[in-house]
Amino acid sequence: MGASLRDIKARINTTKKTSQITKAMEMVSASKLNRAEHNARSFTPYMEKIQEVVASVALGSNDASHPMLVKRPVKKTGYLVITSDRGLAGAYNSNVLRTVFQTIQERHRSTEEYAIIAIGRVGLNFFKRRNIPVALHITGLPDQPTFADIKEIANKTVNMFADGTFDELYMFYNHFVSAIQQDVTEKKLLPLTDLASDKKLTAYEFEPSQEEILEVLLPQYAESLIYGALLDAKASEHAARMTAMKNATDNAKELIRTLTLSYNRARQAAITQEITEIVAGANALQ
Amino acid sequence: MKTIKVSVVTPDGPVYEADVEMVSAKAQSGELGVLPGHIPMVAPLEIGAVRLKKGNATELVAVSGGFLEVRPDRVTILAQAAERAEDIDVARAKAAKERAERRLQAKQDDIDHKRAELALRRAINRLNVANRNF
Repeated sequence: MGASLRDIKARINTTKKTSQITKAMEMVSASKLNRAEHNARSFTPYMEKIQEVVASVALGSNDASHPMLVKRPVKKTGYLVITSDRGLAGAYNSNVLRTVFQTIQERHRSTEEYAIIAIGRVGLNFFKRRNIPVALHITGLPDQPTFADIKEIANKTVNMFADGTFDELYMFYNHFVSAIQQDVTEKKLLPLTDLASDKKLTAYEFEPSQEEILEVLLPQYAESLIYGALLDAKASEHAARMTAMKNATDNAKELIRTLTLSYNRARQAAITQEITEIVAGANALQ
Repeated sequence: MKTIKVSVVTPDGPVYEADVEMVSAKAQSGELGVLPGHIPMVAPLEIGAVRLKKGNATELVAVSGGFLEVRPDRVTILAQAAERAEDIDVARAKAAKERAERRLQAKQDDIDHKRAELALRRAINRLNVANRNF
């Protein structure tokens, strides 16, 4: 009986320690989520402005055309998939990866028809294990990425569309709805199709010409869309990790409660047994 | 003196916001000056300095490309990276310059060469702006 009492005590202690760790991780994620939301907010003015200008320039006059605005026959599709580098974030990564995997199975027959651009180590490993071609990848991004961190991969991705490696590009990531809800989102990145803006279009003078401006503007716009998706995904990651750690802490508490209960029962049983033995011994002497 | 609202915006947040008398920047087609009341215009920018004239003072902002949008009441500069002269980390810019120079000396394919060249131009631009070399 004594041994089992000690066992239960040990389990209570380890569970307590685990819950302290998960609690700390929950709070760390909460503060990271705060900053991620702040980053997303400071990105909004840039995004809104560039969207407005792109819409004005591209839709303003109908004779302007640019390869990035035109649909072409699809021979090869690119999928940009954003996952985290580390786990312990609940279903954050598996949700995205499952959706991408299913989409690919539905749309493509051979690995010639598509390639992955992986942001995040979990995604990279997932595709490598399944022998799915990965064209570009980046891992080890900081928790609060700046535009400079992903400039290179965004630039290369957009160039792969421009040079004809891909004929269309999709992004898959977790869209941040709230601290407790993140939705897997599929977004068509290129060619740029829905440029319509609800803001009033402005008629501009172009210096030097509309074509040359589109040449600069559209790649910059596409790269910003990638960065926007990354910020969104990062906020979701921190939120997902926070929720996962909160659940883990709650479970640990519940476990400690039941363990304490059985510990007390076992202790009481031991005491009762001792008393019975003493009484029996005393009776035997009479 | 009439003024015009100017904002310099990057993906990492707004960098500069103020009312100024004149904005001048290096566009791809040449130097460009914008005064209040300019007609709406869009122009791509070179890697260079944006000068913002306010009274007797002129402030400098280093931009790495991007473009300039002019509206009757405001000017917006959208760049992937921009820093005010006083925010530039000179040591870092120097390090970036040396790195780019080393890379340029090593023989590489065209794309890397081009990228190193751009990095060098950005670094030199930052140093120039930090030293108010304009």
